[in-house]
Amino acid sequence: MDAAMNRAMRAVAPLAPFTAAALAAALLFAAFLAAQGFEAPEALGLVVEGAFGSAFAWQNTLARAAPLMLTALCVALPARAGLVIIGGEGALALGALAAAMVPSLTAGWPALPVQLLMALAGFVAGGAWIAASAWLRHVRGINETISSLLLSYIGIALFNFLVEGVLRDPASLNKPSTPPLPDAVLIGPLPGLEVHWGLVWGVLACAAAWFLLRRTVFGFSVGVVGGNPRAALMAGLPVGALLIAACFLGGGAAGVAGMLEVAAVHGSANASLLAGYGYAGILVSFAARHNPLGIVAGAILVGGIGASGSLLQRRLDLPDAAVLVLQGALFVALLAFETLNRKGARRV
Amino acid sequence: MAQTRFSAGRRDILRILGSGAAVSALPFGIGLAGAADKLVVGVIYVGPRDDFGYNQAQAQAVAALKKMPGVKVVEEEKVPETVAVQKTMEAMINQDKASLIFATSFGYFDPHVLKMAEKYPNVRFAHCGGLWTAGKHPKNVGSFFGYIDECQYLDGIAAASASKSKKLGFIAAKPIPQVLRNINAFLLGARSVDPKATVKVIFTGDWSLPVKEAEAANSLIDQGVDVLTCHVDSPKVIVETAERRGVYSCGYHASQAKLAPKGYLTGAEWDWQTPYTQIVKATLDGKPMVNFLRGGLKDGFVKPSPFGPAVSAEAKKKSEAVKAAMLKGDFPIFKGPLLDNTGKTVIAAGKVLGQQDPLLESMNYLVDGVIGQV
Repeated sequence: MDAAMNRAMRAVAPLAPFTAAALAAALLFAAFLAAQGFEAPEALGLVVEGAFGSAFAWQNTLARAAPLMLTALCVALPARAGLVIIGGEGALALGALAAAMVPSLTAGWPALPVQLLMALAGFVAGGAWIAASAWLRHVRGINETISSLLLSYIGIALFNFLVEGVLRDPASLNKPSTPPLPDAVLIGPLPGLEVHWGLVWGVLACAAAWFLLRRTVFGFSVGVVGGNPRAALMAGLPVGALLIAACFLGGGAAGVAGMLEVAAVHGSANASLLAGYGYAGILVSFAARHNPLGIVAGAILVGGIGASGSLLQRRLDLPDAAVLVLQGALFVALLAFETLNRKGARRV
Repeated sequence: MAQTRFSAGRRDILRILGSGAAVSALPFGIGLAGAADKLVVGVIYVGPRDDFGYNQAQAQAVAALKKMPGVKVVEEEKVPETVAVQKTMEAMINQDKASLIFATSFGYFDPHVLKMAEKYPNVRFAHCGGLWTAGKHPKNVGSFFGYIDECQYLDGIAAASASKSKKLGFIAAKPIPQVLRNINAFLLGARSVDPKATVKVIFTGDWSLPVKEAEAANSLIDQGVDVLTCHVDSPKVIVETAERRGVYSCGYHASQAKLAPKGYLTGAEWDWQTPYTQIVKATLDGKPMVNFLRGGLKDGFVKPSPFGPAVSAEAKKKSEAVKAAMLKGDFPIFKGPLLDNTGKTVIAAGKVLGQQDPLLESMNYLVDGVIGQV
């Protein structure tokens, strides 16, 4: 009986910090609402109802989560190589722009090859942008966090310049956009659902990233570089190439997120698709401790907060800022309890 | 800091999933808030409702809707122009039973509103700014907008009258037709007072960039500009900067008079209550959706802010005279001969473009006297 008990305890133990964090966040948010004169229990009920309370709520959550999985990989993959990359928004912008250009060059092709080529174009454009930060880091010793952020601003400026300039569809008067994609090329919803195929792409990309990092020699080498670049050099690993490759793959994922925004949501590249997914991905990746499978859950959590925030606003007349308080409370609690947990783990 | 450990693998995932389970275990069961006997109207804003600008102007009209009998309003602010706005519209329809939705940001129209309108043919969608086109767009969609360039022209009169340097400044988001039309109308109003007045334009590149807007304001003032106005989502920073630097300002979207008690001359404000009420009334009466609704001063879609203390009696008189002509409907702003600022004729001599002229909806030039580039 003791053995069974032990096993049960061990299975449940890892859940404890996360559960505690969720409860702490709920308490913090409830206290905040009570201080503002709102019915806290009702509000917490709405948080759950809005995010996970019905089939519609789940789809609402998943639709918001889909792009975050890919942009979080733009943080998680370089993180494995020891780099902190925060420029995913720029990679997403350029990926979107590159993808939006493809259909005009492939007129008359069947849809699937065009879509794949769009994804490839997005992947390469986003990948190259983030890889540039890794290259600067390796060759010139430039801090990749700063350079990726600054390159991201340049990427966004380039996006706006081209969308409002040479690539602009003259018919897009008050919302400068690239020419609309042909209907055949648009990516539709999953069968029977209101969520587009980007969700499947995101989950598959996270699974592939997990496999790559955890089950391949490449992933192991990247991990060695991330653990200790000097030791990796001594061991004869091509450190520069590995840094660049990890960043290229991460940036590529963000680029594909941009391509999906074009093909599945907006139907063209325009400034509306720069809605901060690249930045939200940083949050998701850190919350998931850069674990690609954890990212799937983290993205659903952030998507869920978006969905419940929507319901909170409509039912309680809360301002959007209150939803930010909930998100902040949740992530601070998560990180705090995570730290406690890790201290314990180290002692063992 | 970058030394992240990857030791936990499966445990991490279980932990994250666990939190989901923990959260879903919380008690819930709140019923629908929508009242069955009332018309539920959903309103979606792209920014905060209290931004002293675009969104506040919409919210002021919504405040009037809330007082209408038989109407219940649900609102959501800071909704980006992505899949999020589609989900918000669907949530209003499914969770709140809304049957009329005001999507107030320009970028919501294509593809988001159009997509939802096709999916929910029994729900009405009113969009601010778009150009609803018969045969092309669904019948349950309508777009409303106002000829606010009329108020910009009046601003121009007040600005050029108050200015000593006769250099006026305009901070704008993007060089799109609606914005260019405002800049040009402001210049033409100013030139009606002083034919040598100029308007210097700075485009910031996006609708809400407070830091860039403040920099642009300071830069223009440093160059000798002594009246500032703008076309960005929230004029707050620009009007405040002007006041602090001791120059005049004209507002936009809503009244910013409170932010600049000394230097606020007047402003171009929306009066969205007019179209909002019309659309809601049509819905309540079961009449077809109002598909295309536009108007200017005389239709009550736009209004000038009350004059500030710095406006001279003479300027007031000029402005009131033009306003009276506009209210009668015989004051076209754009008429030939009109040159753009590269010297090209954009409206030939003798040609007059009425406010409703579709040519004005695709304006792509800055008129002579505006310093700047599209």
